Amino acid sequence: MTSWVLSTTVFSPLVGAAVLALLPRRDELLRVVALATSLVPLALSAWLFWQAPRGEPGFWLAERASWVAPLGITYHLGMDGISLPLVVLTAFLFPVALVGTWDAVRTRVKEYLLLLLLLETAVLGTFLALDLVLFYVFWEAVLVPMYFLIGLWGSERRAYAALKFFLFTMAGSVFMLLAIAGLYLATGTSDFTRLVATPLPRAAQGYLFAAFALAFAIKVPIVPLHTWLPDAHTEAPTAGSVILAGLLLKMGTYGLVRFCLGVFPEMARGAAPAFMALGVVGILYGAAVAYTQPDVKRLVAYSSVSHLGFVVLGTFALNPQGLAGALLQMVNHGISTGALFLMVGVLYERAHTRALEAFGGVARVMPTFAALSLFVVFSSAALPGTNGFVGEFLVLLGAFRADPRWAAAAAGGVVLSAVYLLWMVQRVYFGPVRPEVRTFAPLRGHEATALLALVVVVLWIGLYPRPWLARSEAAVQALVHRVTASVEAHGLAGGAR
Amino acid sequence: MDARAVPWIVALPLAGAVANGLWGGRLGRRGVSLVACLAVLAAFLVSAGAARDLAAAGPSPQVVRLFDWVAVGEFRASAALQWDPLSALLALVVTGVGFLIHVYSVGYMADDPDYSRYFTYLNLFVASMLVLVLGANLLVLFVGWELVGLCSYLLIGFWFERPAAAAAGRKAFVVNRLGDAAFVLGILSVWALLGTLEFREIWRLLGDGGGALRGHPGLVAASLLLFAGATGKSAQLPLYVWLPDAMEGPTPVSALIHAATMVTAGVFLVGRLWPLFEAAGPVLGAVVAPVGAATALFAATVAVTQYDLKRVLAYSTISQLGYMFLALGVGGGGAAFFHLTTHAFFKALLFLAAGSVMHALHGQIDLRHLGGLRRYMPLTFLGFVVGALSLAGIPPLSGFWSKEEILHAARAHAVGVWAVALVTSFVTAYYATRAAVLAFFGEAHQPAHAHDPPPAMAWPMAGLVVLSAVGGFVGAGWAAAPLHALLQPVFGEHGKAAAGSGEVVLAVSVAVAGVLAGWWAHRGRREPDLGPVGRVLAAGWGVEALYDRALVRPAKAFSRLLAERVDAGGIDRTASALAEAVVRAASAVRTWQTGNVRQYAAGVLAGAVVLFAYWVLR
Repeated sequence: MTSWVLSTTVFSPLVGAAVLALLPRRDELLRVVALATSLVPLALSAWLFWQAPRGEPGFWLAERASWVAPLGITYHLGMDGISLPLVVLTAFLFPVALVGTWDAVRTRVKEYLLLLLLLETAVLGTFLALDLVLFYVFWEAVLVPMYFLIGLWGSERRAYAALKFFLFTMAGSVFMLLAIAGLYLATGTSDFTRLVATPLPRAAQGYLFAAFALAFAIKVPIVPLHTWLPDAHTEAPTAGSVILAGLLLKMGTYGLVRFCLGVFPEMARGAAPAFMALGVVGILYGAAVAYTQPDVKRLVAYSSVSHLGFVVLGTFALNPQGLAGALLQMVNHGISTGALFLMVGVLYERAHTRALEAFGGVARVMPTFAALSLFVVFSSAALPGTNGFVGEFLVLLGAFRADPRWAAAAAGGVVLSAVYLLWMVQRVYFGPVRPEVRTFAPLRGHEATALLALVVVVLWIGLYPRPWLARSEAAVQALVHRVTASVEAHGLAGGAR
Repeated sequence: MDARAVPWIVALPLAGAVANGLWGGRLGRRGVSLVACLAVLAAFLVSAGAARDLAAAGPSPQVVRLFDWVAVGEFRASAALQWDPLSALLALVVTGVGFLIHVYSVGYMADDPDYSRYFTYLNLFVASMLVLVLGANLLVLFVGWELVGLCSYLLIGFWFERPAAAAAGRKAFVVNRLGDAAFVLGILSVWALLGTLEFREIWRLLGDGGGALRGHPGLVAASLLLFAGATGKSAQLPLYVWLPDAMEGPTPVSALIHAATMVTAGVFLVGRLWPLFEAAGPVLGAVVAPVGAATALFAATVAVTQYDLKRVLAYSTISQLGYMFLALGVGGGGAAFFHLTTHAFFKALLFLAAGSVMHALHGQIDLRHLGGLRRYMPLTFLGFVVGALSLAGIPPLSGFWSKEEILHAARAHAVGVWAVALVTSFVTAYYATRAAVLAFFGEAHQPAHAHDPPPAMAWPMAGLVVLSAVGGFVGAGWAAAPLHALLQPVFGEHGKAAAGSGEVVLAVSVAVAGVLAGWWAHRGRREPDLGPVGRVLAAGWGVEALYDRALVRPAKAFSRLLAERVDAGGIDRTASALAEAVVRAASAVRTWQTGNVRQYAAGVLAGAVVLFAYWVLR
């Protein structure tokens, strides 16, 4: 079983999708099957989390099979301390999104669920692929279901948003494809574990790094490449927004960590100050723009830009605390922002609008929902006791070690997140109850279940993050060592440069 | 009972909050009040038991490690609690005064529909405050620090349907966050410099004036940042603006959180890191003392002109906190903590008396519409007068002793600061008397059925009357002074003015003069016209208006500008223009489109190969 557990994790949703295709169009049955399917990767990744060794810096579980044999391209999946949290997050967030938006989609349910399951396979594959070609296949495979999810089940401007999402990501992917080809030509392999051990020609490194970084930066997104995000997030159906924010953005940050740092340590080292600057700009810019958004969903979308800035900042602090914080913050953002989008979904289901000014006094009408929402909001605002604090603190610590000035600037984001999030709370949940709000239906069982599951994780990571940190620490340390050591080695060899 | 019992001090109120939060609806009002009050009472008894054994255990702090919390690389912070004189004193004040105010709340909130939510928050606050005072390292302290901020936010906005309450809660949280951002950077600086966040380690490393690190720029930066955090939580200049608005919360909340406990967290923080501040060169004398003195005088002058009784008390709290920082700044740590304790008694008492007035008069709290209440509400009257005279520093009430000690410390170290403190003392006595006269003397303005509150509210008030009256003897010079015995190992020995010395006579004369001036100026419930000065004071010296014009509105405008001009108008339009350019270019080369997929693939591959062959082999 162990030897194929990764493939089973990745492809079980695909199998579920195939089954779904054969089933009759009975919506409730389809939903149950889709949910049951998504529980398979969850169970497997929970088992992997349980099994994960501590103190192992490398890939402790890998699967390899020949694929495009003449070119030496292999089917290669691997699990280490960097993939693990993201795989667990993915496996957790899909069932939560399915449950939380149980019957929110009522048209073409079969296609909708099928696409979601395809998406899950592609995302899981992205986080596990160790061959660049395989990685690229999964990476691109994510685009198609998401394009249709936005384009078919989105709100008013769905066509525009879907196309924009597709084009932005494609624009980056093209360069990545070229870079993968270039790497292959330069080294004769597309296997990550071998690339890491192969010296790259210096001249090409800059271009290759830049091409990868561009693709990932669009996906993160790093300001100013972010403008696809508010449209895509806002127009997507709720589950789509949850997955998009919770997981797809992490593909960008994961790519930065895995490939930009892993394959191009010297370049990453050189570019680190620039990326830290971009991270800080993202933190402050996203937060500032979020503050005056009149649309709840757009406000949450811009908060993502801000929060992902912390991930970028921590990653390029290039020390264990920063990188561990960034990795944890990827998970945290998935949990918190996923929950925020579910929250907005709950509101939208009742009001059929996302305008801030349409709400008021929701806490009086839906007290349980308000209580759960407050947990989510304060997790997003990084209140101690919630997951967000642990991640943000480690990122700030890492940034401070790299250069206190970055940490000082990023600390502004700590203030701004309270500004825009509490502004939203005040407008939506507090204040006199508006007549439209008075008729809101109480929180439904499936909505409460999904939010509660997320809140439990918020508190778990907030109060006892050790299980997460300990399983990643060795890999994080090794990667940091690799990046920082590269500079020392280079400093000896090329001191004259 | 030894230090192993300390986790229970936090766990009990936390359990109360969880129980009421989850099952409050089913417990009923009686059940909810029992759970909430008994949880805090039990925490008080455990604290008292553990405090009694503190003397036997010696002054060195005892640390109870619970579990490893955040650990990456060299960074390690555990969830750990510390039991030492400072935490013991604060734990006793928090649970003791906290218990009285819980009981008072049972009466005050009796008719509120959200009864169980109220007690959930209140218990959660007590638990958070105890995390703050018991934390064994800066990070755990910060957890408590932010959680009390959360509870404050929730309780200020408890009546969230009132727009003013919702706005005040948010304002409090955001202004506090400004300080907290600095606090976090301070924590990082401490770690970068010392490699630890444990208080025990910090005291060990920086004991005896800091050794080699004395005056180190990193230490100066760290202490300034941490002090900035303290000015937020303890409502000092320039971050005090949230506290007057915080009066939107239920009055027992104002008593507990915004007078007796949470707002003193900044004072506690400085005491907790005493060696760090002492080693940071001129920070105490050049920053902490002036900020404290300026805040004390500034807030006292504003208090003179307020008509909302709770706002008078709020500005008074800001002012008295200023006194505490002033004391810290001149090296009088023991005096500051003494005043923290007595202030907790008499200010809580004043707020509870104000709450009784509101309870009797359906929320009326405007001094212009009160008057003559002493006839109808004798206990409340007694409580307010004892509280006000204690605040004014009239002997032998509790406030006299602690204020006296602060004045003494200031005179010994900084005469300028001492002068400001004396002037403030006069103004304090003046506005305290004014409030008492306007509310309780003269003719009655209100229906004659106003009466003292029910027993649940009356007994806690009575308890605080006693504490405010005689509580000063815990630290007074003549008695056994258990407080000083407790704090001596923390701050070292500090002098006391001899009773009857010229210094004491002067201080008491100033306070009495203030009381008489206040009485004379407001006799017959008249309000003297202070002219333009009065208007400036009433507007809080225009600070809030300035913040609004110079900070809040520009920030909002800037956000709009970014969203509309830069984001939508600039960046996004550039991206669209780029896309259109691509479309135009594409239509130009459309002729290449043959429909043969293999040909395309070959083209793509060839192109890629050529490009990279060039880049790689160049």
